Amino acid sequence: MRAVDGIGFRVDAGQCFGLLGPNGAGKTTTLEMLEGIQTPTSGTVLYRGRPLDRAYRESVGIQFQATALQDFQTVRESLSMFASLYRRTADRDELIRLCNLAEILDRDTRKLSGGQRQRLLLAIALVNDPDLVFLDEPTTGLDPQSRRNFWGLIETVRRRGKTIVLTTHYMEEAERLCDRIAIVDHGRIIAEGQPARLVRDHFPATVIRLPESAWPVGATLPPTAERRDGTIELFAEEVPPMLAEIERAGADLTDLRVATPNLEDLFLKLTGHDLRS
Amino acid sequence: MWRRILTILVARNREFYRDRAGLSWNILMPIMMVLAFAFIFTDTSRDVFKVGVVGDGADMPVAAFPFLQTRHIQFIPVTDPSAAIGKVERHQLDLLVDPSETPRYWVNSESANGYLVERLLLGAGGSGGDAAGDDGESAGVIPQRVTVSGAALRYVDWVLPGVLAMNIMFSSLWGVGWVIVRYRKNGVLRRLKATPLSPWEFLTAQVFSRLLVVLGASLVVYSGASLLLDFPMHGSYLALLLVYVSGALCLISLGLIVSSRLRTEEVADGLLNLISWPMLLLSGVWFSMEGASGAAQILSRFLPLTHIVDGARAVMIDGAGVLQVLPQIGLLAGLALLFLTLAAWMFRWE
Repeated sequence: MRAVDGIGFRVDAGQCFGLLGPNGAGKTTTLEMLEGIQTPTSGTVLYRGRPLDRAYRESVGIQFQATALQDFQTVRESLSMFASLYRRTADRDELIRLCNLAEILDRDTRKLSGGQRQRLLLAIALVNDPDLVFLDEPTTGLDPQSRRNFWGLIETVRRRGKTIVLTTHYMEEAERLCDRIAIVDHGRIIAEGQPARLVRDHFPATVIRLPESAWPVGATLPPTAERRDGTIELFAEEVPPMLAEIERAGADLTDLRVATPNLEDLFLKLTGHDLRS
Repeated sequence: MWRRILTILVARNREFYRDRAGLSWNILMPIMMVLAFAFIFTDTSRDVFKVGVVGDGADMPVAAFPFLQTRHIQFIPVTDPSAAIGKVERHQLDLLVDPSETPRYWVNSESANGYLVERLLLGAGGSGGDAAGDDGESAGVIPQRVTVSGAALRYVDWVLPGVLAMNIMFSSLWGVGWVIVRYRKNGVLRRLKATPLSPWEFLTAQVFSRLLVVLGASLVVYSGASLLLDFPMHGSYLALLLVYVSGALCLISLGLIVSSRLRTEEVADGLLNLISWPMLLLSGVWFSMEGASGAAQILSRFLPLTHIVDGARAVMIDGAGVLQVLPQIGLLAGLALLFLTLAAWMFRWE
């Protein structure tokens, strides 16, 4: 089975690069090939211009989507176990402070909450002071509060000059954290670039949404309008004239919304389906 | 490299001793088994007499010895008479007959079974020393009588080295097999794969971690058994340790082969059972393979457990030293190396 096909991109040092796509799009497969966990059937992965070798393991840090830690170990013991496997190690106290682990150091790793667990896994990914950090859906399954805290953490890591490659299916996450993103669907990259620019390029216009029922029966739609799932979407480069036009048509403006397009709209436009479907 | 091996070893040991349920099970089960067998087999009598016959067993001289056709006696061919005499001394054989040119038989003067079988022998082969030859009915030759003496080896004494070996087998096979498959299934191995740890380092750590556990548990069982049962230990402790260590290494490596690629505990469990039960039945842990069929005997030589049990019994019962059990130790160590190499070659992180 071919999970991804003909994927190619480059990540610059110090950048945060995001792979964005729905479940099953091939994000994790792509990430694992970059991590050296899977070998591509064809094509190459280069790090600093050279193919991946054993030394590569020493200079990358990985946070997997689903990782079990060895049972019956405390947070402190897990950290020192992983630290002992590497030649270079990050300063332990600083790592504990950074990932906010001080209070749970002596807790059994099986008794951690979702957010605590992700913080420990991030600390383990950073334990060898890597230059390049891979995060596979780091905030999936976290409550909104923990997610925001985790974003702050990732930003701190980035500010320390680490290169980050992450996968996510949260648009908000990609918009907030990533310098560049690649949108992946069905094993292919369908768009790549800076998040804001991608949106601007694909949506020169602002979107105005109305429930279909609000539009008077018989009245003609403007040429730029589209019907989608019981909603009418009108695209306008300038908002006021469009609003005037809608009002002239006699539409009910109670549920009218003006939305600046975001990545979610971009994804919908490019793939024709919802990100979480 | 050694630091990484040590790290994984320490982590695995920590997991083992903090898992109280598993820990107590590992130590309690063999002690309970020894006690159960001590209780069940306090009576050493068996319903069938066992008689050793010197020779390869190909053609029993039944014409000269009608005794050899007696029913309800198990006749066991003996190629090593001196070892068989030892068994007569320990009541493991009721009688030993050498039906050669100068026929002889050995009987233990302290054995009730020996006395009865001797009467049968003399009754079948003639009518005993005083009435021989005269009536012409009996074609038998009267063999020369040799008496030996020695206290009976209780079944529990004989079975203990085997129970220790069996416990080592279960602990070795499941201790690495089950654990590694679980690690693979829940992603622990995947996480380790992403570190500079090599498969070889990981496997070495697992082997030594389990070896420590196996030896520790065996020591506890051995001490416990020696408090509860007064069993013989005639040979060298070093020899016994070497037999059990090489045996444990061999079986741990076999467990590594089983677990090298499996993803589910159920399959691993089935495979481990498939390996361990034939060994349990055919390695002479519970009953001697001497009376078994030829095919079963040949098969048993191929099972590592057979050689562990043989070596341990040679040390504990026959008083062997390191040199005498060197063949077993060498074979087990060689197999361990072979299995470990194969396991490292077959191993996959996921």
